[in-house]
Amino acid sequence: MKRWSKVIGISLAVALFVSALSGCVKQASEDEGTIAKIKKQGKVIAGVKYDLNLFGLKDPATGQVQGLDIDIAKQVAKKVLGDENAIEFMEVTSKTRIPMLKNGDIDMIVATMTISEERKKEIDFSDVYFTAGQSLLVPADSPLNSIKDLTKDSKVLTAKGSTSAKNVREAAPDAQILEFENYAEAFTALKAGQGSALTTDNALLYGMAQQDNNFRVLDETFTEEPYGIGIRKGDKEFAELLNDTLKELKDSGEYAQIYEKWIGKKPI
Amino acid sequence: MDFIGALSPVNMQFLLNGFLITIEVALISIAISFIISVLVGTVRYAKVPVLGKLFAIMVETIRNLPLLLIIFFTYFALPEIGIKLDKFTAAVIALVIFESAMISEIVRGGLNSVEKGLIEAGRSSGLTAMQTLRHIVLPIALRRMVPPMVSQFISLLKDTSLAVVIALPELMNHVQIINGHNINYVIPTFLFAALLYFAINYLLSIASRKLENKHS
Amino acid sequence: MFIHFSVLTEHLDRYLIGLGGTVAASVISLIASFILGAIIAVFRITPVKPLQWIGTAYVEFFRNIPLMLIAFFVLVGLPLLTGAVLVPFVSGLTALTVYTSAFIAEAIRAGIQAVPKGQMEAARSSGLTYIQAMRHVIIPQAVKLVIPPLGNQFLNLVKNSSIFTILSASDLMYQADLINSDTFDTFSTYIFAALFYLILTIPLSFGIRHLEQRSQNVKGVEA
Repeated sequence: MKRWSKVIGISLAVALFVSALSGCVKQASEDEGTIAKIKKQGKVIAGVKYDLNLFGLKDPATGQVQGLDIDIAKQVAKKVLGDENAIEFMEVTSKTRIPMLKNGDIDMIVATMTISEERKKEIDFSDVYFTAGQSLLVPADSPLNSIKDLTKDSKVLTAKGSTSAKNVREAAPDAQILEFENYAEAFTALKAGQGSALTTDNALLYGMAQQDNNFRVLDETFTEEPYGIGIRKGDKEFAELLNDTLKELKDSGEYAQIYEKWIGKKPI
Repeated sequence: MDFIGALSPVNMQFLLNGFLITIEVALISIAISFIISVLVGTVRYAKVPVLGKLFAIMVETIRNLPLLLIIFFTYFALPEIGIKLDKFTAAVIALVIFESAMISEIVRGGLNSVEKGLIEAGRSSGLTAMQTLRHIVLPIALRRMVPPMVSQFISLLKDTSLAVVIALPELMNHVQIINGHNINYVIPTFLFAALLYFAINYLLSIASRKLENKHS
Repeated sequence: MFIHFSVLTEHLDRYLIGLGGTVAASVISLIASFILGAIIAVFRITPVKPLQWIGTAYVEFFRNIPLMLIAFFVLVGLPLLTGAVLVPFVSGLTALTVYTSAFIAEAIRAGIQAVPKGQMEAARSSGLTYIQAMRHVIIPQAVKLVIPPLGNQFLNLVKNSSIFTILSASDLMYQADLINSDTFDTFSTYIFAALFYLILTIPLSFGIRHLEQRSQNVKGVEA
């Protein structure tokens, strides 16, 4: 008990010291609709990922962000302002995207975000624009073709802190799960022969397979992760516009082109 | 293995940029830890009431924990109680907390090694306790602390690599990124990084040995 | 206030598995590092020059590079070079042993060389071979000097074994990471992990201090 209070004491001392140093948080409140805001700005501000190959990846050489999310976001700018380049991209992470949207820093989130009931309490979503799901990345010559092929001798690599480990444990209870610090480390370990497969959303896996063609992604997914565009809660007008945009893209065949450009095959 | 690809000018630059962050984090942490350590070590040596005991408890707790845990805690756990730090600050604070505890023990050991006779001589020649500490005990002690302190600084420099778990863009992190590009880059990149770490630490240890010989 | 005891009570089994991993990792690595360190120390003090060079190179190289680098090398570099894929726990032990043995070799060398040179000469002139002199005269005295630094290395091993987590080898830190993925209560999870570390390290560091004081007293009496 004594040692205990020491630990707390130290933590609090550090906490006080540090909080004195940290700055204040930016506050913003937007009463107008997003479409009006976009027209006033003359551009759409989209929160996208900068570190996810195929969806939102910033090229350090050119400074350009590219990917499926980016192409979808540009179509929104085209719909609202008539110019697909009337758009500004801001980097978001899974942690920052919802607060940034609520603060008004960004107008929409196009960042591989799964539509979930929990998130719907905070924000609204457009219709699904990409159906991702957890799958396996395996060496091109691997005999594995399904999650069911995993045995107790299979080592499946993944990253800590994700739901991937939990999902694969349920889908293949016999397999050994090794959890690394991040997917980059897990992928390097897979390349070095430390495991038989790597598991996470196929959206990430396609990116890895594209980087190194000694690996392939299984067609099968064992979870379903529908991606939607995130917008501020209650903005029905903007939601309708997004859904119209997505529908037009699908009807005209432009969506299929974007999909094939990044994923390397036609949408199912 | 692909030495030419792995150590292309672009990759070399990238690794050296990481090394620069490593050095920067290390130097800032060394400077701050040194100041805190001298204060904490002296307070404990002088057995200042309350504060001395408090520092003793803090030092004993912190130096008996893995630094990896402290780094992790500073970056991932503190936000839960409302303290958000960027990676650089989190790494520096974690290093300072841990290394101050380690170095303050060196300071205390150095002060304790000063012969009691010298202190008595100082006091009997009319100096106050404070003056004796400042003009007699500290200068002697600081000189004796040089070798263990330098070896602790070397540890600190190596320990910056633990910040790879919070993706601080230091050398180790950049090694991982290059390794991720191409599996044939792994061995050359490791060798190059090892060389960088080795070179700076070996130079430090030689400098320390020179200093030690000069004083003894 | 910020600490939820349910994290401890609901995941006690995992913390204990982790604690076991940390203890096993530290004890096995200490034994392995001692054996390897002793061999390297012998290399450093033999009169055979090439062995001296190997010993010195080993100690200087591994003392001056980060453990993290060695760990990643064992994880990724070793399988690429040799094709040998180690179980994560063995990868961790290998990295810890390679690193720690460099420090232990140095402690052993310093201990042996602290025994006055005259004793070796006296032993040799009284008819003992080099090996016999080492075994019966030098080493028994050196051991007393080597024990306190060995204790310190053991303490470092307990703390350094936390890098097992980056190799996905089961130790206290890895289990804490897994608990954290389940609870998302990072603050409580790592506070309890810290507590388990302290249960191991605080008695250890008091023990070491006791040993150090005793060996200093012995030296004091002899001087």
